[in-house]
Amino acid sequence: MSTITAEELSATTLLRFATAGSVDDGKSTLVGRLLHDSKSVLTDQLEAVERASASRGQEGPDLALLTDGLRAEREQGITIDVAYRYFATPRRRFILADTPGHVQYTRNMVTGASTAELTVILVDARNGVVEQTRRHAAIAALLRVPHVVLAVNKMDLVDYRESVFAAIAEEFTAYATELGVPEITAIPISALAGDNVVEPSSTMDWYGGPTVLEHLETVPVSHDLAHCHARLPVQYVIRPQTAEHPDYRGYAGQIAAGTFRVGDQVTVLPSGRTSTISGIDLLGAPVDVAWTTQSVTVLLADDIDVSRGDLIVPSKDAPATTQDVEATVCHVADQPLTVGHRVLIKHGTRTVKAIVKDIPSRLTLDDLSLHPHPGQLVANDIGRVKIRTAEPLPVDSYADSRRTGSFILIDPADGTTLTAGMVGESFASPEPVKDDSDDDGWDF
Amino acid sequence: MTTVATTEEGTASPYALSHLDALESEAVHIFREVAGEFENPVILFSGGKDSIVMLHLALKAFAPAAIPFSLLHVDTGHNFPEVLEYRDRVVAEHALRLHVASVQDYIDRGVLRERPDGTRNPLQTLPLTERIQAERFDAVFGGGRRDEEKARAKERVFSLRDEFSQWDPRRQRPELWNLYNGRHAPGEHVRVFPLSNWTELDVWQYIAREDIALPDIYFAHEREVFQRSGMWLTAGEWGGPKDGETVEKRLVRYRTVGDMSCTGAVDSDAVTLDQVITEIAASRLTERGATRADDKMSEAAMEDRKREGYF
Repeated sequence: MSTITAEELSATTLLRFATAGSVDDGKSTLVGRLLHDSKSVLTDQLEAVERASASRGQEGPDLALLTDGLRAEREQGITIDVAYRYFATPRRRFILADTPGHVQYTRNMVTGASTAELTVILVDARNGVVEQTRRHAAIAALLRVPHVVLAVNKMDLVDYRESVFAAIAEEFTAYATELGVPEITAIPISALAGDNVVEPSSTMDWYGGPTVLEHLETVPVSHDLAHCHARLPVQYVIRPQTAEHPDYRGYAGQIAAGTFRVGDQVTVLPSGRTSTISGIDLLGAPVDVAWTTQSVTVLLADDIDVSRGDLIVPSKDAPATTQDVEATVCHVADQPLTVGHRVLIKHGTRTVKAIVKDIPSRLTLDDLSLHPHPGQLVANDIGRVKIRTAEPLPVDSYADSRRTGSFILIDPADGTTLTAGMVGESFASPEPVKDDSDDDGWDF
Repeated sequence: MTTVATTEEGTASPYALSHLDALESEAVHIFREVAGEFENPVILFSGGKDSIVMLHLALKAFAPAAIPFSLLHVDTGHNFPEVLEYRDRVVAEHALRLHVASVQDYIDRGVLRERPDGTRNPLQTLPLTERIQAERFDAVFGGGRRDEEKARAKERVFSLRDEFSQWDPRRQRPELWNLYNGRHAPGEHVRVFPLSNWTELDVWQYIAREDIALPDIYFAHEREVFQRSGMWLTAGEWGGPKDGETVEKRLVRYRTVGDMSCTGAVDSDAVTLDQVITEIAASRLTERGATRADDKMSEAAMEDRKREGYF
């Protein structure tokens, strides 16, 4: 870290990524290795880990202790929840959503993946692609994480053989591509020995690709916005009503997708009123153009009714509004989601009443089979739902926009976040799911 | 077959935000969500760099209008005079409303008792939580960052607290996309951390980029200090030095600002923001490891205090 100059630091971009893998796959070691070898673990943290490791009678420092934040996690040796880690190299800053990988923590993986631009999926080179790997790939595909890294770990235990790696990479790539994962990078590593994590491996000279860190540093973080539908959910109306700004009326929000320009013809949804953008303030300074994910304040030429919860869109590219939302959801609460459940749906900045009309299917991540009409979804279940909303919502397909195609369901009684929703088709590929399982309804 | 797909190296999109712009935009989004969803929010303001950055972000979020929140300072009674002066100056400059919850009042009334070690950090929890209840604040902004401490790494951006202001890490709501859930029952409140994803270095770089004024104690200056538990503490009426501890004059600065009794200074000759950034980037110690005595009490000191309602 001491080699980073102030100029280098200010030029860097931010990459949000998530890790997936069970403890046995060496996820903690990989995370520890990334933090340690990128010199992001500071002396006092390492000393604390060394002290704690020694008091547990362990020989070397247990890097997993760097990531166990809670008393209960340390005492029980379990990971309860997503933790966020931060590290930096001269090229980029990283936010790592460190998620537990067991099946009962699907909701945590969904949480981590929802904001991630990249997911690292670990497999044990000795075991290859297993059910858990397919589950992780399916979640990455469902959440439409743009980049997936397959880290084939424990190469040291298979004599660093290229054939082992190649077979696993091929099998995984075929599976993930079928699900519609757009980009897959496979890297053979040994997190324990440090091969290809931060430093290139000296024992796998047959591998010509990047190390994990090198890939994280160079993967592109933003997309071509030219083809994105522009969307601005209105968060707050700014009206100073001061002598200096007697008539200022600005619509503040974070651009969810695309670009907005002064002069654009826009429509305000759900009302459908139209106007022209007369000004854009980027945190106090006027600009001509603004884009995703800038927080801006938009001024309109006409005095029309716009309030929190509305969506400003280009008039030539407005989404349809609907009161019937079909989506793939991951249920994240302990209480089940049932047909007939009255809920609140938060979409963008708008929260409206809704009712769960139907749960047509539940997805089994292991083999991507569908259980028809499960009646309810319990914690960690992924399924299709049909929701009727009390007011029309301007929803996009999640495939088109992770921001305006996503929503959460909230229990109106106690405020619990019940469900994470993604509007539209589940997977990018046309028909990845098969419905030929011998479903006997045991899990209803 | 080695790499299945190649990365497009060096193709920085013109639409890519710098990491500071991305963090700033996210924090502003959080401020505006709270303004849109809550009745009576308040910003915890200590006069430290994190709360100063929060205030700066809030000013930008609602410009050209005023910040729609008041400020709350939990005054330990052991504050650095430069920090109180700074606090009062910004409150006046931006015509803000300041609430002060005083630890000294609680001690004088006999509700709280001074600890043998003289630290007042843990004593802040009761005045803080009682003031939140009394004023019926429903959202309380804190400058806490997840990089500070391992319990804070588990913290949500919107963190629900019960009517006793308690944090239960096992009962946190999953936080998905940027869809923050601010629902709470009467008596409950939500702690909101707009700087969750910032690191110490991000905060300093942002201060430099935005040219934000700070209290002088963040820059190297000569100060009378004495050593306790490996830290340089400021001599003062709060209870130091004790017998056997000797005062000396050293060139120091502060990385964090808190209660004088438990906030240590670091040896430094950094007098400009650039020098501070260079020093932080090269430091092999975390901010809290270098300067906070109270976090060294046990492996779970922060978690335990947070559970009780500490920020």
